[in-house]
Amino acid sequence: MTTNVAAGVAPPTGGAVARPLRFLARQRELSLVIVMVLLGAFVALQAPQFLSRANLVQVSVLASIIGIAAVGQAIVVLTRNVDLSVEAIIGLVAFAVADLLAGRTLSEPAAIGVGLGLGLVLGIGNGILVSVGKVPAIVATLGTLSIYRGLLLVLAGGKQVTLTDLPEGYTSISRADIAGVPVFVVLAVVIVVIAAILLRQTRFGRQVYAVGSNPEAAAVIGIRAGLVTFAAFAACGLLAGVAGILWGMEFGTVNASSATGVTLSVIAAVVVGGVNIFGGSGTVVGAGLGALFLAFIQNALILLRLSQFWLQAIYGIVILVAVLLDAAFLRRLQRSTSRRRA
Amino acid sequence: MDTMTGRVRGLARWETLLLLIIVALVVIGTAVSPVFLTTRNVPNLIVAVIEVSIMALPMTLIIISGEIDLSVESMAGLACALLGVLSIAGVPLEAAIPVALVVGAIGGLFNGVLVTVFGLPSLVVTLGTLALYRGLALAILGSEGVSGFADWFTTFGFGTIPGTPVPWPAVLFIALAIVLGLVLHGTWWGRQIYATGKNNAAARFSGVRVARLKLVLFMLSGTVAALAGIILTARFASARADIGQGLTLTVVTIVLLGGVNIFGGRGTILGVVLAAIVLALLGNILRLTNVSAEIQSIAVGLLLIVSVVLPNIAHQLRSGLSRPGGGRLSVASAGAGEVEA
Repeated sequence: MTTNVAAGVAPPTGGAVARPLRFLARQRELSLVIVMVLLGAFVALQAPQFLSRANLVQVSVLASIIGIAAVGQAIVVLTRNVDLSVEAIIGLVAFAVADLLAGRTLSEPAAIGVGLGLGLVLGIGNGILVSVGKVPAIVATLGTLSIYRGLLLVLAGGKQVTLTDLPEGYTSISRADIAGVPVFVVLAVVIVVIAAILLRQTRFGRQVYAVGSNPEAAAVIGIRAGLVTFAAFAACGLLAGVAGILWGMEFGTVNASSATGVTLSVIAAVVVGGVNIFGGSGTVVGAGLGALFLAFIQNALILLRLSQFWLQAIYGIVILVAVLLDAAFLRRLQRSTSRRRA
Repeated sequence: MDTMTGRVRGLARWETLLLLIIVALVVIGTAVSPVFLTTRNVPNLIVAVIEVSIMALPMTLIIISGEIDLSVESMAGLACALLGVLSIAGVPLEAAIPVALVVGAIGGLFNGVLVTVFGLPSLVVTLGTLALYRGLALAILGSEGVSGFADWFTTFGFGTIPGTPVPWPAVLFIALAIVLGLVLHGTWWGRQIYATGKNNAAARFSGVRVARLKLVLFMLSGTVAALAGIILTARFASARADIGQGLTLTVVTIVLLGGVNIFGGRGTILGVVLAAIVLALLGNILRLTNVSAEIQSIAVGLLLIVSVVLPNIAHQLRSGLSRPGGGRLSVASAGAGEVEA
């Protein structure tokens, strides 16, 4: 990681070494994979249990939950917006579904359906505020973060749903696997692939990038930016709902403060994954890998017996390094295009 | 000239509205609870929001200049953790407090350097340092709680000025509000802050030293956040690394409720002070009537959104009457302005 930082900020020398490094700065997905492989090798040498099946499952399941939410967040960020309310949506959906199941009010599929619908509705709420109400996304979702969290507090009160309250079939899904791969991971990969195809191959996807790179130009060529933004927020809410359901399955214990602070991890995953915070560039694959990278760091800290207290600080440094790399790449890009023009 | 007077009138209306809300809340408060305006309740009402209100003052300047500082709550936590660690090491508070303030200034400087020298977006930089500073606080103090601070310190946190219901920390808030109000509205510096927030590039080309200005604002924000952390420590009479979590949300809410434009260039200190009072009264009334934290969280969120939606609708109605489509364009250009900054 440190070599990457140095390469990112160092002035372009144009030598044989600089060229591949420059390529990596551009290919955030590839460089994340390389960094993870190198770090993984280091951690595995220090703590062999890193490569044990149980550990890899744990890391990838956590990464899947954050990764699914990060895909939704990435779509919103690509449109030059941000959704700060995801943690409240995750918490609210996790609790609502668990509460319905604990009371045996609904069957499992029905409760999951309610959870997905709830996530979608909360996302639509954000979308309406931003697209119709013309409230800046950061303000609107700061407001709905409070409101959705408040609704969760009303719903949950001091209550707590624990593992034993939930049907066995519900919580065991987090430990199920398909051909050795945890179900959560399969689901996350499927969601990333669908979102990636949607963004790359469809008109909606191209409109998302167009709105994010230049809203005025997008409006001029007839893209209904409001509608695209609305759809992005709705998708983000739905995916946060999926993450919320998985959250309940994985942790079993859900209460009013579940998922507090998760927005930071989700946005960190998006930024680390190379999505430009001002929209228009980046991929959902990057966001997914970003989530995996963060889960991996958390795991490495535990295995290397470093204090968990450092986790927050390291997350912060990772975010700063990622955004420094982005900026360095952007500057170089601008410099090279202006040179070409001159 | 016409737009100028229009804007002044618009701002005056916003602050009048806040004032009316305050009057209404006082009336409601005295109606629903006999203890509302007593000398026992008023200090509670004030201290409940004192730290967030103090942090909202430099945040106002930063948001008007077109940036944002999300790291304030963690800087408050770091200052608190520092007081704890230094207290364990036997350093007297008289020395520990200046150290905490200096660390606050350094933290702000770090934010400012990343934003101005490296040209990074403040939203992401301070999201990063939000995690970083909290992590440092946890790293130096762990999950320990430190108490046993000197009497004068906890008296400062709990007590009121003798003979008045005004808590000591409120004095700091009032002083800071007056100083920053004078700087923002009465000096060349203040006009530079507005100019930078309205159009960063234009301000730079007309001679505003934008980078230095923002650097100073971020240092101010970091220092004041550390001050808020010190007040929190005094008020709880204990130091913990996780103190102040989630406060940034309230700080930004106060600033925006005060009529400050999230994209910069517009807002007043008076509006923010009034917004802080609204929040203090609202929270207190809800607590007195046992409506509890749940509804309070919803009310604050609704208030924040309504405070933006209402002027937007009014603006669209007005511009819809004069020239169709004017409202939408202004929103788009506001978004573009943020990216430049």
